[in-house]
Amino acid sequence: MTDRAAEGSRESLPLRVRLALYDLDGVTLLVVPAVLFVIALFIYPFAYGFVLSFEPKKGAWLANYAKFFSDPFLYDTIGATFRLAIPATLINVLLSIPVALRVRRMRYRRVLTTILVIPITLGTVLIAEGLLIYLGPQGWFNRALVLLGIGQVRLVHNYTGVMLSLILSGFPFTFLLTLSYLTGIDPSLEQAAATLGAKARARFVHILMPLLAQGLAINLCLSFVQTFSVFPSAVLLGAPAGDTRVISIAAYQAAYEQYDSSMASAIAMIMGFCQLIVVVLILSGRSFVYRGAAGGGKG
Amino acid sequence: MAIAARDFRELRLDGMSRNFGAVNALKGVTLNVKRGEFIALLGPSGCGKSTALNCLAGLLTLSGGSIWLDKTRIDRLAPEDRGFGMVFQNYALFPHMSVRRNIGFGLGMQGIAKEAIKRKVDEALAIVRLGDQGEKLPGQLSGGQQQRVAIARAIVIEPPLVLMDEPLSNLDAKLRLEMRAEIRRIHELIGSATIYVTHDQEEALSLADRIVVMRAGEVRQVGTPEDLYARPAHPDVAEFMGYRNQIRTRAIRSGNLLNVSVGGVSLQGTAVDSITDGEVVATIRPDDLKVADAGPISVAVESAQYHGRDFYCFGRAADGTELYFLSERKVRKGDNVRLGADASRVLVYSRAGS
Repeated sequence: MTDRAAEGSRESLPLRVRLALYDLDGVTLLVVPAVLFVIALFIYPFAYGFVLSFEPKKGAWLANYAKFFSDPFLYDTIGATFRLAIPATLINVLLSIPVALRVRRMRYRRVLTTILVIPITLGTVLIAEGLLIYLGPQGWFNRALVLLGIGQVRLVHNYTGVMLSLILSGFPFTFLLTLSYLTGIDPSLEQAAATLGAKARARFVHILMPLLAQGLAINLCLSFVQTFSVFPSAVLLGAPAGDTRVISIAAYQAAYEQYDSSMASAIAMIMGFCQLIVVVLILSGRSFVYRGAAGGGKG
Repeated sequence: MAIAARDFRELRLDGMSRNFGAVNALKGVTLNVKRGEFIALLGPSGCGKSTALNCLAGLLTLSGGSIWLDKTRIDRLAPEDRGFGMVFQNYALFPHMSVRRNIGFGLGMQGIAKEAIKRKVDEALAIVRLGDQGEKLPGQLSGGQQQRVAIARAIVIEPPLVLMDEPLSNLDAKLRLEMRAEIRRIHELIGSATIYVTHDQEEALSLADRIVVMRAGEVRQVGTPEDLYARPAHPDVAEFMGYRNQIRTRAIRSGNLLNVSVGGVSLQGTAVDSITDGEVVATIRPDDLKVADAGPISVAVESAQYHGRDFYCFGRAADGTELYFLSERKVRKGDNVRLGADASRVLVYSRAGS
């Protein structure tokens, strides 16, 4: 059949069939509620905030941004947030690898997974309250330390407190993601590597890590975005006026203490931009790793 | 510097057993394999043949017994310390490595110099006739090509023993025949011992020097393909060797032969084990059950499939006995035909063992 004949026959097809060729059919309509939802709750508020951030209470259109980057009390929050988010993300993701490797082989995997996932269901505020009591000066932990003659350790209302809560509430997420990526790797690949003389370490370095890399990149992104927007634990467990004054606190104060929603929007935009940069950096690193299926062939 | 299997004289499995909880998947398998031998482990799914292979590879630990390579006991060694080549059913190629890196992986693990690895990989690629595909990723190859890479990767480390787990089961019929010849050629070229797991009797018969027929975790018979085909020692083996008609009946000895009752009439058969008479299983291959006007058994044809040269038929005798047979002349459903079989082709087993 010539090309023209093929086109001719396509022209003569009913519209419905032609749309179906482009994967547009009745089922496509099911996307509509989700699209509306995303527009109403994400795109519109984002666009609104973006525009609002250029309409300062006084001054030129960039006044909010100029104010943010000229006041150390404001721009230092970026550093404070990164100082929390980057270590917390790295600890959570890196720690999830050995734990997932171990749990993958366990007989009572479900039980352990459930225990590790419980912090997700508790929510950050409950975790923060719990840590405040448990690790506080009168808490069990410090009392035990005193009994042992070590003396009190300050673990709350500072950087350590926020870090601990970020790990407690963030780890289950990273663990579950890593576990699912890991179980997606065909076990026969590791067996094949073993029969070819690769010891456990070599199998990890040459087989598991390269196949896990793209999953870890996604995991890093999600975990980073989550920890970068830390707010409740930074307020409750940290020193909100000191070294855990994160960017979300600055945005909150602008919006609800100074009632300057334009300034708050500008801070939110700066916060989003920081997250975007890190995500783009991580994902561009992904192009150096294998991104295909983690199967061993036909199966 | 050709690729050649590491030298050894004999691999010995001594009462190799494996339990999964309360299930005995492997019940004391004993077998000696010489260098250069091609052994097929043949049996239905769940018979323990793959378990046996995984035990040999070290992917499963034994529950009992031992494995010896000459004078070295190897069953407690980890898979990476055994140095056997294994071809997996799904090939298990490393998806993130090029064909070359896949094949060179085992050599790299041995700490061999890059130059030497390159030479060996070139040679392995030539052996499996994939010379120009070295830079591709496994995902870019066809099933047959992936299979060749898997074989190259297993043989390039020059293993004394190559283990293959149903390597052809994912290929189409034509490619399967082609690869079967390739596998035998490569086996002879490198001179290793090969242990090949399959459930396909044709594959086992055409490839192996010796076949080990397994059933329910036990070895039923070990022998050359000719042995097994002509004189299966057990009704299970007979069934696997194409003796599809298995008739439970009674026998009466008459001289060297036995008279067995099949389909209500008496038929002469050959005793396989030391039975005299009584409860027996008479087995007849469909192609040994000949349509003949003077044949003693009368059957009504219930189905006839055209197979090109002949018809594969299923019929029922007057007493309800179901019989499979081949007919060179055309038969239709509802026809009545008479069947007969040579006494040497009717194998009779005592029923005590089955």
